[in-house]
Amino acid sequence: MPEPKQPEKLIDEKGLRIDGRRLDQLRPLKLEVGLLDKADGSAYIEQGKNKILVAVYGPREAHPKHIAMPERAVIRCRYHMAPFSVDERKSPAPSRREMELSKVIRESLEPVVLTDLYPRTTIDVFIEVLQSDGGSRCAGITAASLALADAGIPMKELVAACAVGKIQGKMALDLSDAEDKYGDADLPVAFVPNMGLVTLLQMDGNLTTAEFELGLSMAIEACKTIHTMQRETLKKKFATVKDAVEEREEPEIVA
Amino acid sequence: MSATPQFPPVAKLEQKTVVDLIAKGKRIDDRGLESYRPIQIQVGLIEKANGSAQVYLGKSKVLAGIKIETGEPFPDTPDEGVLTVNAELVPLASPSFEMGPPSEAAIELSRVVDRGIRESKAIDMKSLVIQKGKKVQVVYVDVYILDHDGNLIDAASMAALAALVNSKIAKMEMKGDELIMKGGHHQLPLNNHPVAVTFAKIDKTIVVDPSLDEERVMSARLTVTIDKNGNLCAMQKGGLYGFAPDELKKAVHLAVAKAAENRAKILAAAKG
Amino acid sequence: MVLVAEPKQVVAPGELLAEGDHLLGDNAYKIGTQIYSACIGILEVDGNRVFVVPLKGGYFPRAGDLVGGRIVDIGLSGWSVDIRAPYEAMLPASEIPGPRGPRRHDLSSTFDVGDMVLAEVLDFDRTRDPLLTAKGPGLGKVSTGRVVEISAAKIPRLIGRKGSMISMLKNETRCQITVGQNGVVLVWGKSPEDERVAVEAIYMVEREAHTRGLTDRIREMIAKSRMVEQVAGTQTA
Repeated sequence: MPEPKQPEKLIDEKGLRIDGRRLDQLRPLKLEVGLLDKADGSAYIEQGKNKILVAVYGPREAHPKHIAMPERAVIRCRYHMAPFSVDERKSPAPSRREMELSKVIRESLEPVVLTDLYPRTTIDVFIEVLQSDGGSRCAGITAASLALADAGIPMKELVAACAVGKIQGKMALDLSDAEDKYGDADLPVAFVPNMGLVTLLQMDGNLTTAEFELGLSMAIEACKTIHTMQRETLKKKFATVKDAVEEREEPEIVA
Repeated sequence: MSATPQFPPVAKLEQKTVVDLIAKGKRIDDRGLESYRPIQIQVGLIEKANGSAQVYLGKSKVLAGIKIETGEPFPDTPDEGVLTVNAELVPLASPSFEMGPPSEAAIELSRVVDRGIRESKAIDMKSLVIQKGKKVQVVYVDVYILDHDGNLIDAASMAALAALVNSKIAKMEMKGDELIMKGGHHQLPLNNHPVAVTFAKIDKTIVVDPSLDEERVMSARLTVTIDKNGNLCAMQKGGLYGFAPDELKKAVHLAVAKAAENRAKILAAAKG
Repeated sequence: MVLVAEPKQVVAPGELLAEGDHLLGDNAYKIGTQIYSACIGILEVDGNRVFVVPLKGGYFPRAGDLVGGRIVDIGLSGWSVDIRAPYEAMLPASEIPGPRGPRRHDLSSTFDVGDMVLAEVLDFDRTRDPLLTAKGPGLGKVSTGRVVEISAAKIPRLIGRKGSMISMLKNETRCQITVGQNGVVLVWGKSPEDERVAVEAIYMVEREAHTRGLTDRIREMIAKSRMVEQVAGTQTA
């Protein structure tokens, strides 16, 4: 694939971005739940050209035993990019960036998972970025929340995430890879609506404190929109299951 | 793979003391909620390095060394030099640091300090070019944590900046096939002075510069890196909980003030 | 108390269920006076108590549960058993029927690695792995019949309201069916054909647990299999 060239302008005369979006517009978003057979929970997200698959296993016995905690479940998170997910092939070995992202993503989910209910177990979250186009850690968090819910793991709320950035001096929502690369700042945010809590926040670039405050508000509003989509996707998937559940009964033992 | 870190066996009574005091607006070492521990900075201790600085932040001790060598530029930036920031949590610094490849905490520390320097454009990367696309100068910033008593990010950020201010660089050029030094060493020119300010959330209170005791009871951590113009160049939330948007805004404003205070201390120590 | 979400409807984690004075039940949590769902499930209200019945999730052991487990390891004083839970269970040697006293023989001659056992959960709490017993009528090694493993969340549907589904299955398939709370179902029939039909019916319940008229459709399926069997029987006879 030929290397993409630096775009001449990130915002044109009409105020539109290189993919035709307005500054405050999200990329097209598609969510799917429960698509993998073996995983306890799974979800898939497409956001712009991002294609990310998440699988959750657990709660399950901690292996090796020494990583277990006596009072709660350990959450393990692996953010990994497939070698073919980016313009220039990336080595499959975990990079320092992937290690940092694995950490901040895990920390974005920790506040909502009710880990106290499963002491001495692990809850494993595997995020595989099949194609990456900016904002993959946020998209990964959005999908990971759905995968955790799909696994039936008790949680306080779904976590939604979205990045904002600064391009050509203006705050813009949901940057693509080119916009992040040639832009002036990148600010990924994860938000939990009913707790009013920001659980992921990173920033690199250059922002005035006023730009930061504007960007934070934009990101939080976008997270609320994404959260509504997450909830709808999840409920729709399980709406057909509702007739199933009856009261718990005592089984008969046949001698 | 990142895993919830094991909590070290806790001294529950001591932890309760820290939390109770903080709820009353006091800290275990008698500081104000917005005060840093005593900061001591010394530069130039490692003569073999291009620049070096040692920072004592309370009982935390960090040593940063700068080496400037020559190398190849990255293929996508043929007209820029290279900056590499590496932080090591060496085992001698704490009973909880193990030998082996860098932990996620070390990697995060490295990358947050790196972001401050890189995004603030502190170093003029284009001035490091010797031969475009072929040879450039590489600035290695190596930060060694020597004693861990909390808030290693700020201590490392201060040490890295002080070491850079302290650094000397030589002009290099190609004479035919040979790489030669032109003139002597001069002070490494810096265009910005990024300073990280870290906060800890303990229950509903947010304190500046958490000590290790405070880090053990905190629910979340926020680092804000401010440049010399009072603008943000890096931010990083850490920890198992989170922040309300208002808490973030308040912290950012406080960070601007604290960064300015610490910047003055760093520049005074490094240049003086 | 004000119910915000509709009972018997699907609720998602974090969805507001009710506000006001009420008892907090399973799979829900409170912030102030507001009750939220903690999982994807069905909202149920029982008098003053608000709770959510999960639609997904593995098996979480409870004392008194009947479970089917596979022996995975043999220790000095008992067996390690995989009961499809986040915790491996322990079946002590003292919890099998038979005379008390020092055992001269190898534990593996009673249950060996790979064996399926029917057991009851004696005890389970946060600090220890589930403890099992194989003392009791019908408990012990499973040597005959078919083993079916389905999602533990579908077991209530397999049993049915007041046992209606499981009774129907047993009658129609002419099989003995033992249902473990952990999703392990054991089937014994007079013929392999009967067992096959029962197994098929159980998987059908798991697949279509959510649909209306399931009991009738399964009854039909079993009847059809029976006819096919009869036809085949008369042809070869």
